[in-house]
Amino acid sequence: MSLSDKDKAAVKALWAKISPKADDIGAEALGRMLTVYPQTKTYFAHWADLSPGSGPVKKHGKVIMGAVGDAVSKIDDLVGGLASLSELHASKLRVDPANFKILAHNVIVVIGMLFPGDFPPEVHMSVDKFFQNLALALSEKYR
Amino acid sequence: MVVWTDQERAYIQDIFSKLNYEEAGPKALQRTLIVYPWTQRYFTSFGNLYNAEAIMSNSKVAAHGVVVLHGLDRAMKNMDDIKKTYAELSVLHSEKLHVDPDNFRLLADCLTIVIAATMGTSFTADVQAAWQKFLAVVVSALCRQYH
Repeated sequence: MSLSDKDKAAVKALWAKISPKADDIGAEALGRMLTVYPQTKTYFAHWADLSPGSGPVKKHGKVIMGAVGDAVSKIDDLVGGLASLSELHASKLRVDPANFKILAHNVIVVIGMLFPGDFPPEVHMSVDKFFQNLALALSEKYR
Repeated sequence: MVVWTDQERAYIQDIFSKLNYEEAGPKALQRTLIVYPWTQRYFTSFGNLYNAEAIMSNSKVAAHGVVVLHGLDRAMKNMDDIKKTYAELSVLHSEKLHVDPDNFRLLADCLTIVIAATMGTSFTADVQAAWQKFLAVVVSALCRQYH
């Protein structure tokens, strides 16, 4: 399900609207993921505090959304653009790729929550496709 | 057997008490049919689903969205035995409608987003956790009679 020009335009337009709140979205989405899908906490056992709104969660939410923003700018070549991130996830982090879908769902819930007027079904579809392609690019180097 | 905390019960009752079934049901089904177009395969008798505008204005889609919400209402009213409450519905979806159970999850996710958009920040992480647990139980009950 590759990205059409229409999808790319929709994602870029939405990103322009939501990027000022990117840090908040990231922290909120990560906090929700850890709460709603407790199995994801297994990847963060080294953090002192895994509760929503905690220091580590906020910090890491910012990192994640920074990477999402970078992916938006590289939307025409996600595999090439995210090569080193993929390498990191494949060899060091080794996050099961099923979790990318889980995080994407939570980012989408937060976008829908904070920007309900900017997230009609067609935009939602393009964003869902974008995250799917992002996840694919991220798992490119896994095997 | 599913164990619900008092807090989870309260969160779920609260969501349903604030939900406008006539609005949320249609919105959730429309979103599913648009975001995951392959789900349209089950609704060929509903007429024009050709594009987003057609789906959003299709009265059969809207009516069916309401039916789905009322089905969920029944689960909410029988939270301690959703399995039994949904036994016939499960047979219906498997034997008659032949719905791939993965679609239940897609509709559940879209409904979650509709509710998040309606409730805004009062849809906290804990509320979302309770809500998604409820939907997971519903989906599991719907899958039970598949063979």
